[in-house]
Amino acid sequence: MKKYYFDHVATNPLHPDVLESMMPYFREEFGNPLSVYEYGMTAKNAIEAAREQVATLVRAKPAEIIFTSTGAEANNFALRGIALARQNEGKHVLVSRMEHHSVLNAARFLEKSGFTVTYLPVDKSGFVDPDTVKKMITKETTLISVIHASSEVGTIEPIKEIVKVAKEHNILVHTDAVATAGNIPVDVLDLGVDLLSMAAHQFYGPKGAAALYVKQGTRIVPLIYGGIQESGRRAGTENVPAIVGMGKAADIAAAELQMRMEYLRPLRDKVIDTMANVERVYLTGDKSNRLPAHASFCVEYIEGEAMLLLLAAKGIFSASGSACSSKALKASPVLLSMGIPSGLAQGSIVFSLGMGNTPEDVGYLTAEFPAVIKRLREISPYSQGWGDKEEGGSCTVKK
Amino acid sequence: MKFVDDVKADVTTDIVYMMCPMHLLKLEEQMKELEPGQILEIMTDYDGAFEDIPAWCSKTGNEFLGVQESPEFFKFYIKKGPR
Repeated sequence: MKKYYFDHVATNPLHPDVLESMMPYFREEFGNPLSVYEYGMTAKNAIEAAREQVATLVRAKPAEIIFTSTGAEANNFALRGIALARQNEGKHVLVSRMEHHSVLNAARFLEKSGFTVTYLPVDKSGFVDPDTVKKMITKETTLISVIHASSEVGTIEPIKEIVKVAKEHNILVHTDAVATAGNIPVDVLDLGVDLLSMAAHQFYGPKGAAALYVKQGTRIVPLIYGGIQESGRRAGTENVPAIVGMGKAADIAAAELQMRMEYLRPLRDKVIDTMANVERVYLTGDKSNRLPAHASFCVEYIEGEAMLLLLAAKGIFSASGSACSSKALKASPVLLSMGIPSGLAQGSIVFSLGMGNTPEDVGYLTAEFPAVIKRLREISPYSQGWGDKEEGGSCTVKK
Repeated sequence: MKFVDDVKADVTTDIVYMMCPMHLLKLEEQMKELEPGQILEIMTDYDGAFEDIPAWCSKTGNEFLGVQESPEFFKFYIKKGPR
């Protein structure tokens, strides 16, 4: 059976040119970048070339890019590293309710370590309001972290406006750009952020390579102690092949960004427009200000997992909420924070498209998905309404 | 240890929170850029620098002027020796 992959926010397939660029570093160029002889120097040069490519993708200086192993590490590094580095100035951090677990759980760690964290509310489209940010700033606030775009609902946040508010109060801003870097234009100078996380496997690069942009002159406490890799800010022998692949993927993404967006947007819109005609299916996130390849919905009276299983039986692979929430069969905190009732949030489904998807693939999806919904509603105990379940759960927001 | 509080530096390098031995690598890198007689200021939180920086200076013919303490980090001053 043909496979239809519509889960590109989970991960992307590797670009063939990226794989090719990595191969010598698995084979003959196996040196440790810290070694002073030829093998080491070749590896070191490869890393520095990749640093330049990644920096170019987000218009940073090469020295402002610190390679990490994952986007989660970059997010942890940003939150803990800045909160600790600035703790003598204040111990208050603001994070939005749209954040990925790697920001939220790092924030919870800070709370346990004596910091105060305020969680910024969002509106029904998932937007953080810069005026709310302004109201929640205290004299103790040293860091604000707001995701650039949510991989769950696709909404792109007003980072520039949030930075404007933060700069009036000498507060640093971090943005988790894992879903955006390499997929839409990301420019650290235009955004004005001090820290930005990105991950290679979100733009056809390999897993195991990611980066944190740290604006020149920003002090950050390391997350991993050891040797002097990454200018003494992130220890550990570098994953040279993956970093080389990340550089190559960044290079290709920078060149193809517009083309990719122009190809994917109409496909995304076809999914959204088709689903708009299916009864009791609601688009989540903002309709226009969203990731170009992202279509997410809440389907009433059906569980997301049931949809995933039936779709998978037809060769269609997608997600229900975040990868983490999907596994835990738990209503997504992001959807709940947007005021979506917990019952409806269980019917979350996300289709994220990629360059491997053809218009025919999307045609197959838009033909099959409404049929899956119809079939599941026929057997759903809630097809006549939620009944008393609407009250269920402390997180429920009544309609 | 010689403590100072009013040294005027020509170049400042901030390596606060960067891991050991960045204080020696940055020191060497920065000193190459300086002219004889110019003063480098290194800001670091690494207390091992109290031993390492004066030792590096005596080994390389540069003058260790002293250190200024502050609650969060230290400022080391090094004057470049004659070529």
